[in-house]
Amino acid sequence: MSEQLAKSTPPVVPQHVPAPVEDKAISPWKEAWRSFKKNKIALVGLSIVSFFILIAIFADLLAPYHYKDVNLSDKHIAPSAEHWFGTDEFGRDILSRVIHGARISLWVGFFSVAGSVIVGSVLGIVAGYYGKWVDGIISRIFDILLAFPSILLAIAVVSVLGPSLKNALIAIAIINVPTFGRLLRSRVLSVKEEEYITAARAVGMSDTRILIHHILPNSLAPIIVQGTLAIATAIIEAAALGFLGMGAQPPTPEWGKMLADSKDFIIQAPWTVLFPGLAIMLTVLGFNLMGDGLRDALDPRMKS
Amino acid sequence: MGNPVLEVKNLKTSFLTEDGAIPAVDGVDFHINPGEVLGIVGESGCGKSVTSLSVMGLVPTPPGKIEGEILFKGENLASAPERRMRQIRGNEIGMIFQEPMTSLNPVITIGDQLIESLRIHRKWSKKEAMAKAIEMLKLVGLPRAEELVREYPHQLSGGMRQRVMIAMAMICDPKLLIADEPTTALDVTIQAQILDLMKRLNKETDTAIMMITHDLGVVAEMCERVVVMYAGKVVEEGDVKTIFQDPKHPYTVGLIKSVPDMRAKVGRLYSIPGNVPKPGSIKSGCSFAPRCEHAGTRCITETPHLTTQEGSHQVRCWLYEDGKGVNLHESDSAIS
Repeated sequence: MSEQLAKSTPPVVPQHVPAPVEDKAISPWKEAWRSFKKNKIALVGLSIVSFFILIAIFADLLAPYHYKDVNLSDKHIAPSAEHWFGTDEFGRDILSRVIHGARISLWVGFFSVAGSVIVGSVLGIVAGYYGKWVDGIISRIFDILLAFPSILLAIAVVSVLGPSLKNALIAIAIINVPTFGRLLRSRVLSVKEEEYITAARAVGMSDTRILIHHILPNSLAPIIVQGTLAIATAIIEAAALGFLGMGAQPPTPEWGKMLADSKDFIIQAPWTVLFPGLAIMLTVLGFNLMGDGLRDALDPRMKS
Repeated sequence: MGNPVLEVKNLKTSFLTEDGAIPAVDGVDFHINPGEVLGIVGESGCGKSVTSLSVMGLVPTPPGKIEGEILFKGENLASAPERRMRQIRGNEIGMIFQEPMTSLNPVITIGDQLIESLRIHRKWSKKEAMAKAIEMLKLVGLPRAEELVREYPHQLSGGMRQRVMIAMAMICDPKLLIADEPTTALDVTIQAQILDLMKRLNKETDTAIMMITHDLGVVAEMCERVVVMYAGKVVEEGDVKTIFQDPKHPYTVGLIKSVPDMRAKVGRLYSIPGNVPKPGSIKSGCSFAPRCEHAGTRCITETPHLTTQEGSHQVRCWLYEDGKGVNLHESDSAIS
């Protein structure tokens, strides 16, 4: 019997582990980043998104005024050196409110999508892997959720929970659950037929371990793509709920709410509507461009 | 000789379909002794792979249904619960698959895939397991093992991946290795290297190998005993020399004749006429009878039994019933 194989105790770990040779191991992620870098439009998307993320992080430092500062004598001032984006009907600085609004929109976007990803993935994976009646029940729940127009469902959820930013976030998370659930379910269905899953079972892995170690890593790419695009939708939905008065409550500087508050002054003070509207448009555009770029980079079928 | 590592008794694996149960494996008996290499040969669709998956407990049930006994070191795996099977898979029985290109997860590093069974069965730390993985990669003859563990499957060639698969199957030092057509997807020079490697590991570690193949060349190279399967049944069994020098069953004779001979200048290669019948389509008689040139009326009406010839040579054919011998080689040459 060979000395090497006969050992049943762990071998001695060598003291000098050779330095990692980074460029030798081309991970699928590095490869994706390489092709993402070549996509100019995707980079524009990434820059826009990073720009808004930085603004959200450093909102307190960047905003020239406090977003709550009411100064009725300064109401509806047109954009000027003192107030770059002008002021609203309470004399609040719109630039400061837009800057703080970035924090709210991104927060809602990220966390609602994170919620949908977690809940949707778990349900989708369970449905896809176990099949049978489990799949039947979960898939029917998804079908029912998808049967409602999304904004209507969100309004219904908020009506039950009461209007607030947190509840709007929950409502948006709920309406996006089936998107991720179906994505993961179909992914699991195709991956579980792969030979490497049989090979994984042949080394004695349990179902749970296979799901976490083999199927989930194989499903990350579509989750990231769909997640990025879903953040864009979530931001629009949050703005829509805010516009309808079912999301953030005053004086929170939520972009949708700002649009709703200013819509009566669209002729006298167009800047009150223009800048929050532009902010919504730009962030959503950024996430969409980035999402499309990620899809091209991560989906092998899109590669030419 | 000692007790066999694996003893399969009257194994029947059937799949429930809308047309009733279809038997893919229909009453198979064989055994593998410790350290032995057993070949299981037959055409595509004769139940070789299903037999190996049944031993591993990897046949999905339902629609699959396993009957009979699979005794691994005396323990019946056919009735073992899934929890027990998980302890055996990868730890006591390793398996190598046909397609090295699709048997490794493309998004996980080689090292992480190699250490899985050590982490599960031995509960080793990641560092210890990784050191063992590197050691195993060296053992299966892979260069720069330290770098390889951090690489992804797409960076390796088919032959290298098959070596990784062998390392993965052997890392827990199993008593039995099931190799399901391990060289079919590889080109000829790599095939020889992989066979050499498996032979060396068999000698060094005393791991018994169940070699499933349709390639008689592989059998001649590797195995000590052979089981010839046809349509879910064992039709002939014996040691390699006997089978090659004195094949009894007309199917085995046909298989051996179909191996292309480089030296013979013949225009056409020999092939057995017809195809393997659909499982379950032959209700009575010998399942090879429709393709057999020696088939008589008895072959169509009555199912033959395995009968013992000289030594441990067994054959399932009416031609050899009651010990009467027929020399197929001469009668064949007379026909052709």
